Amino acid sequence: MLHTVNKSPFEKTSLDTCLRLVRTGAVILLIEDAVYAATKNTVIEAKIKRALTQNRIYVLGPDLDARGLQDSEIIDGIEVVDYGGFVDLAGEHRNVQSWF
Amino acid sequence: MKFGIVVNEGPYTHQASDTAYQFTRAALEKGHEIVRVFFYHDGVNNGTRLTTPPQDDRHISKRWSELAQEHDLDLVLCIAAAQRRGIVDEDEAKRHGKDANNIAPGFRISGLGQLIEASIDADSLVSFGD
Repeated sequence: MLHTVNKSPFEKTSLDTCLRLVRTGAVILLIEDAVYAATKNTVIEAKIKRALTQNRIYVLGPDLDARGLQDSEIIDGIEVVDYGGFVDLAGEHRNVQSWF
Repeated sequence: MKFGIVVNEGPYTHQASDTAYQFTRAALEKGHEIVRVFFYHDGVNNGTRLTTPPQDDRHISKRWSELAQEHDLDLVLCIAAAQRRGIVDEDEAKRHGKDANNIAPGFRISGLGQLIEASIDADSLVSFGD
């Protein structure tokens, strides 16, 4: 399953809920304000790194750009995709679960 | 691949309708089919033709209309959500005694059954909201 999260983890608990319920091997895509979760040196970096041992995590590049974030600021192991990559991820999985 | 798209948020307040549009466009560019875009809750506000953003800003409803024309998309506004928010087509305007309609080109008003049908017809239903 593909899980999309669109809220900043510093404002809402959507990402926490997603990480709590996500199954091993499922894929997470961080979009909109959730792209902040992908940045290095935050209070949730350790949580993200733990999740990366069980799940692939992607982040939407155009949403990083829109917030002035550089690829170099992204936690190692998180892959940047564009909208086409988002479509590919949605196509590769039977279901897309959006966490708002 | 057949995608169904659900948009639950209005334009200019959340990024959801922008993301939905960009996803839909990217899917079409990759040759996928969009069986329907269903606008629910505040998402129906994407479908008014009276919206007039500043010239240097994106025109969200026009952008949907153009994409619909280009790719023969089925853009459906939930009827109950649309009525609450004052979005009417010609028939609805007549039925409720309104002096005008405001639905944008390429959109149509219908019921929640269209969302269920899209979820059945599509391989995958992708929701955008807040």
